[in-house]
Amino acid sequence: MSSRETRNFGAPIRRNEDRKLLTGKALFVDDLEIPGMLYAALLRSSVAHGELISVDVSAALAREGVVAAYTAHDLGDFWQPGPLLVPPPPIEGVIFNLRTHACLAKDKVRYVGEPLAIVIAESRYIAEDALADIAVEIEQLPAVVDLEAALKPGAALVHDDLRSNVSAHVRQKNGDYAAAAAKAAHIIKRRFAYEHGISSPMETRGVVAQWDERAGQLTVWDTTQAPVFLRNGLAAVFGLSERQVRVVAPFVGGGFGPKIMMFYPEELLVPWASTRLNRPIKWIEDRLEHFVATTHERGQIHDAQIALDAEGRILGVKDVFLHDTGAYDPYGLTVPINSQCTLLGPYVIPAYDSTFTAVFTTLPIVTPYRGAGRQHGVFVIERLLDIAAHELKIDPAEIRRRNLIPPDAFPYDNKIIYQDFAPLSYDSGNYEPILNKALDAIGYAGFKDEQKKALSEGKHLGIAIANYVEGTGIGPYEGARVQVQANGRVSVATGIGTQGQGHFTVFAQIVADQVGCLVTDVDVVTGDTDRFHWGAGTFASRGAVVAGNAVNEAALVVRQKILKLAADHFECAEEDLELGNGEVQIVGVPGRSVRLSELAMKANPMRGAVKPGTEPGLESTQYFGPPGGATASGVHAMIIEVDPELLTLEIKKYVVVHDCGTVINPLILAGQIHGGVAQGIGNAFYEKLLFDDAGQLLNASLADYLLPTSLDVPRMQLEHTVTPSPLNPLGIKGAGEAGAIPVGPLFAQAIEDALGLKAKGIELLEIPLSPGRLWQLITQAG
Amino acid sequence: MTDSHTIAVTVNGVRTEKSVEPRLLLSDFIRHELMLAGTHVGCEHGVCGACTILFDGFPTRSCLMFAVQADGHEIATVEGLSKGETLHPLQQAMHDSHGLQCGYCTPGILMTMSAFLDSNPSPDEHAVREALSGNLCRCTGYQHIVDAVLLAAERMRT
Repeated sequence: MSSRETRNFGAPIRRNEDRKLLTGKALFVDDLEIPGMLYAALLRSSVAHGELISVDVSAALAREGVVAAYTAHDLGDFWQPGPLLVPPPPIEGVIFNLRTHACLAKDKVRYVGEPLAIVIAESRYIAEDALADIAVEIEQLPAVVDLEAALKPGAALVHDDLRSNVSAHVRQKNGDYAAAAAKAAHIIKRRFAYEHGISSPMETRGVVAQWDERAGQLTVWDTTQAPVFLRNGLAAVFGLSERQVRVVAPFVGGGFGPKIMMFYPEELLVPWASTRLNRPIKWIEDRLEHFVATTHERGQIHDAQIALDAEGRILGVKDVFLHDTGAYDPYGLTVPINSQCTLLGPYVIPAYDSTFTAVFTTLPIVTPYRGAGRQHGVFVIERLLDIAAHELKIDPAEIRRRNLIPPDAFPYDNKIIYQDFAPLSYDSGNYEPILNKALDAIGYAGFKDEQKKALSEGKHLGIAIANYVEGTGIGPYEGARVQVQANGRVSVATGIGTQGQGHFTVFAQIVADQVGCLVTDVDVVTGDTDRFHWGAGTFASRGAVVAGNAVNEAALVVRQKILKLAADHFECAEEDLELGNGEVQIVGVPGRSVRLSELAMKANPMRGAVKPGTEPGLESTQYFGPPGGATASGVHAMIIEVDPELLTLEIKKYVVVHDCGTVINPLILAGQIHGGVAQGIGNAFYEKLLFDDAGQLLNASLADYLLPTSLDVPRMQLEHTVTPSPLNPLGIKGAGEAGAIPVGPLFAQAIEDALGLKAKGIELLEIPLSPGRLWQLITQAG
Repeated sequence: MTDSHTIAVTVNGVRTEKSVEPRLLLSDFIRHELMLAGTHVGCEHGVCGACTILFDGFPTRSCLMFAVQADGHEIATVEGLSKGETLHPLQQAMHDSHGLQCGYCTPGILMTMSAFLDSNPSPDEHAVREALSGNLCRCTGYQHIVDAVLLAAERMRT
């Protein structure tokens, strides 16, 4: 690239997609209005566990405006348990009991919210009225809510054909923990409980399906994060070829993980009903439904121990944990495997022995939510180090520093298997400078004095620091097509979905640099399987890494085509040309230039002969699949003030130092980090799914389940270090989940520090916390 | 069959007459009868603020009202905020500050905070955060939205 060419990559470019969103012109699923459309509503189980005796929809069918009502028995051969979305990784000795859900319960209900019947009517209002007409008989069984009780002999069975409630059992180890423990100066054992809540995107889920009988074409608009995957799945269950099914994920109002779960019942039922009725049908989840009908992440219980030498160096970690997988396990082992792997963090842990048991409960299905189990693991290791620091009288930052993987140890093989089936190997990293930057930024060195001074004024300040790594950018692959159009604009299509990550801009930046046009002259399409029909989806902080590199590869080929055609045009060497401002110019000869639009037309001749092998257009489709995931890392640091009476807290300062390799757009990256931290704060101190013993969710509304507001999330200070990934040509690592991962241990550490809890023998070993929960823990301790 | 009522509503300066069921939510009326889908529905129980419109000039949750209650009143939605191609200063500042990600909560925030700026031309950060606290955003962590409101206030003063 010559010096005159523009460099948008790395610049804080404002987003291409904003104007539509700011003026109310972006299309979300519920915005679709199709003539003749019908509306669906689902009747859901109000009981967590029971034998389903009967579902009678006859009264609903009699209601004026109701077009159809279906139960499991009406589905015929279409009724079957769904597919496994992610098979278990090839780990020796893995036990995995696959039990997937069908789209309507037939013989048994296994969680409150499980669909029992679907009503199709002339309006959503009528469809919802008709739900009250349906008579349901359920013989209630004991709910299975508590993870430990679920595994005891005699516990009610979620799946009767299994002899226990074990969904999966996995042990992974590296080195010899028993030997490490035998030579340890200190061993610390604790029990930790970590719960993650619901992602609660501002847009709930929705599906619009239209079967076109004449064309033999099924079109489904869906709030999914993985449109190509869903298209493939729908084609398979409907016995259609893939090109007969089009899935469109238009603008999607946030996702954070749970908007992938093949299949949500509605993703099958709404298209199926459309094929039966030959009418377009819309279903939009309401917020109360969302709390039970969309997947959760929820809890784990860890019995963990750490073995250390006299200087606080880690010799080994042993962890045995229970994971709540919910009523079914279609998403395989992704969440607990992430917990198991991410516990290792940025530390040298010579011996690791980790075993988990995933447990069926009569609660909604658990699938990844931003962080996807990483939080749970990070909480365990960070808390163990805090306790070790206290017991060994080492500063919490110092004990972390002593255990960091040194910069010359990369690639660093952890010798266990990650969620993408590849060995858990960190591609690159340089951890100590991140820690140093965070300590400087938070004012760590001077804090003790500040804390003392504040305390003398009756103010309880606390400080905390937490490390994490984040496996990102996993395979298998993504693709992209880049084309210069006859009007000079450049179109880009890729198969991933977008839920606000800025793909319309970051991909445009990559393309604009390669073909020499303005970022605003690049039109990006994501999530329409008729525009790009290969790919996996947006998850695991992989969109920018995997699709971004595919876009780069395709743009590179288009650049070469542009140069070749322009060289023919000018009868000059390609080396004499430069690209910029939407044209190709001969270097040093002003006025000797040709527009990209003109070249695009030349590349698609309407008359005459072309050379054999000529492809039309300035277009290329390329694919990118990384050999493994890229590992991002970072440190969060925080100072809080806690009210010792009310146990409320105020975040006085929040620092994030992050390394996600080469940065495409710092403005968008900042937004990703801010949003992640906000969700982390919610997880740490505000959001808790409250189930009673009968498996009823007691706080299923936004008035009761508290999402952080603008008064709860502080201004954050962001800093970066850059350690490029060697696993992709752009050197980038994912950043989507980084903000959310280490916030739990940060809160526990800061609150302990602010209230001097360690001196009182009180340790905070669970998340979420809240003023109420803190009061219980403190008063229980006397 | 349910009865229906004819209502006359002025929306973004244009008077409209429609026949509606008494139970039709104002948010559904705006979105699916008037086809102004920029007003979004996030919770339908009055907490998230995504459906905020201006009702006779005041920020109001359209999911907590019936369409019939709007008879004879004036409504402003996000579609009426810009002047032709020129964005409202708050829209422009949201773009400049990266104040939106998925954009689903954005229309409600624009309506709430544009009204706030009309009556508070020189707010400090805390005042902005107080005013914004009734609108939930799950993507941004609010920081860039707060920046945008402060930037818009500054530009609107000069």
